[in-house]
Amino acid sequence: MKLLFEFIVFPGFVFTAVFGMLVSWIDRKVTARIQWRQGPPFLQPYYDFQKLLIKETTIPETANTFTFLLSPLVAIISTTIVSLILWKTIFNPQSLFVGDLIVVIYLLAITPIAVILGASSSGNPIASLAASREMKLFMSYELPFILSIIVPIIKLHTIRLGDIILYQQTSGMVINSISGIIAFAVFLIAIQAKLGLVPFDMAEAETEIAGGVFIEYSGMPLALHKLNRIMLLFIIPIFAIILFLGGMYPLYIGLLKYLVILVIIILIRNTNPRVRIDQAIKFFWRSCMILSVLALILAMIGK
Amino acid sequence: MNAKTLTRSLWVFHVACSPCNNCDIEILDTLTPRYDLERFGIQLVGSIRHADVLLVSGVVNKKIVSRLKRLYAQAPKPILVVAVGNCACSEILFRNSYNTCGPVDKIIPVDAYIPGCPPKPEAMIMGVVKLIRSMTQKSDNKSK
Ligand code: SF4
Repeated sequence: MKLLFEFIVFPGFVFTAVFGMLVSWIDRKVTARIQWRQGPPFLQPYYDFQKLLIKETTIPETANTFTFLLSPLVAIISTTIVSLILWKTIFNPQSLFVGDLIVVIYLLAITPIAVILGASSSGNPIASLAASREMKLFMSYELPFILSIIVPIIKLHTIRLGDIILYQQTSGMVINSISGIIAFAVFLIAIQAKLGLVPFDMAEAETEIAGGVFIEYSGMPLALHKLNRIMLLFIIPIFAIILFLGGMYPLYIGLLKYLVILVIIILIRNTNPRVRIDQAIKFFWRSCMILSVLALILAMIGK
Repeated sequence: MNAKTLTRSLWVFHVACSPCNNCDIEILDTLTPRYDLERFGIQLVGSIRHADVLLVSGVVNKKIVSRLKRLYAQAPKPILVVAVGNCACSEILFRNSYNTCGPVDKIIPVDAYIPGCPPKPEAMIMGVVKLIRSMTQKSDNKSK
C-alpha cells in the first residue's frame, strides 16, 4: 500500500509530472525571453496535456496496435521508477539497495528504446527514418554518458546512490576536481541528447521530418510521450546533482544547483542549431569520448 | 468545457493548397517572435496527427482537393478549420478557372474566415482570437 502510494503520488508519478510541468514552463518561458517575447502562460504545459487527453486517438492501419500503444506506457513507467529511486535516495540515503545506480542507468535507457519501438511499429516511413536516427543517436551518446558516470564511481568507490551522496558530503563534491569538471561537462552534453533537445533533436525535427518519432501519435499516447519528456527534463538534472554536486541538501542550495543546471541546458538548447546525425555521432565518438576517457584516467590517478 | 480545453492550447497545422505563397509568408510572419503566438498557447506542429487547427491557404484545385479531404479525415477530432486569405475564403479572381474546385468551405467545414490578400498578421491573430471567443461563448451558452 505504501509502495503504491509512493509510486503513484509522492515521489512518483503525480509529483514528477507536476514538477515536470513547472520545469517545462520555465524552459519555455526562458526560451521566450531569450527570443525577446512574452512566452506562454504559467499553466500552458498543463493546458497542452489536458487538451491532448480530449483529442481522438488514431491508430494507423499499418501499425502494430499493441506495441504502438505500449510504448508510451513503458517509457512513462520507467521514468517514474527512476524518479522514485532518485528521490528516495535524496530523502534517506541509506534506504536503497547496492547497485541502484546501475538500475537507474538501465531505466534511463528504456525511454529511447520505447520511443524507437513505438516509432517503428507505427508503419510510417518517416517514423522509421526517425527511429533509425534515434537509434544511432542513442548508440552515440550512451557510451560517453556512462563513462562520465563512472568517474564519480571511481572517485568514491561505490555504486550506491546513497553512498555517493554521503561520501560527497564528507570528502567534497566530485566536481571539485579536474576529472569531475570534465566528466560533468560531458554529462551535460550527453543529457542534451538524452532529452531530445535542440542540438541533438534530429529524431523529432519538426521542420524536416514532421515530428519524427511521434508523427503518428495523437491524443492520449502523444500526451503520455510528451509528459514523459517533461518528466525526464525534471529528473535528469537531479541525477546530475546527486552524481556530481553532492545531493540536494541543504534544500535552498540544492534548488540553486538545480536552477543552474536547468538554465545551462536551456541555454545550450537556445544557442545552437540542429546538427546532422553524422555530425552528432562524430562529435560524441570523437570529442566526447576522448574527453571522458581523459577524465577516467585522471580520476584513476586521483586528480 | 471541451471548447475551453481545446482553445487554450491550439496546435496549428498549415495546409498550403496551392496559394501564391504570400499568404504562407504572412503566416510565417505571424509565428515570429514579434507577434508571439505562444502567448495564447498556439504552436505550429509538423504532423497532422498533432493538429487542432487546419490553417488552409490558397485555391483548392483538382490536384489538391483529394489531399485536403484526406488530411481532414486524418486529423484527430475535434478539429477546427481556418481559411486564410481571399483565395481560400472565396477564390477571388480564380473563381471560374478551369481547374478550381470551389472555396474551402465547399469541401470541408470551415470555422473561421480571415479575408485579405494576404491578410496582415494582426488580422490573423484577431481572427483566431474571435474564433476562440465564439467557441467558448457557444459552450458557455450550452451549459447555461
Ligand atoms: S489570398 Fe492573395 S496572397 Fe493569399 S494566396 Fe490568394 S492570391 Fe495569394
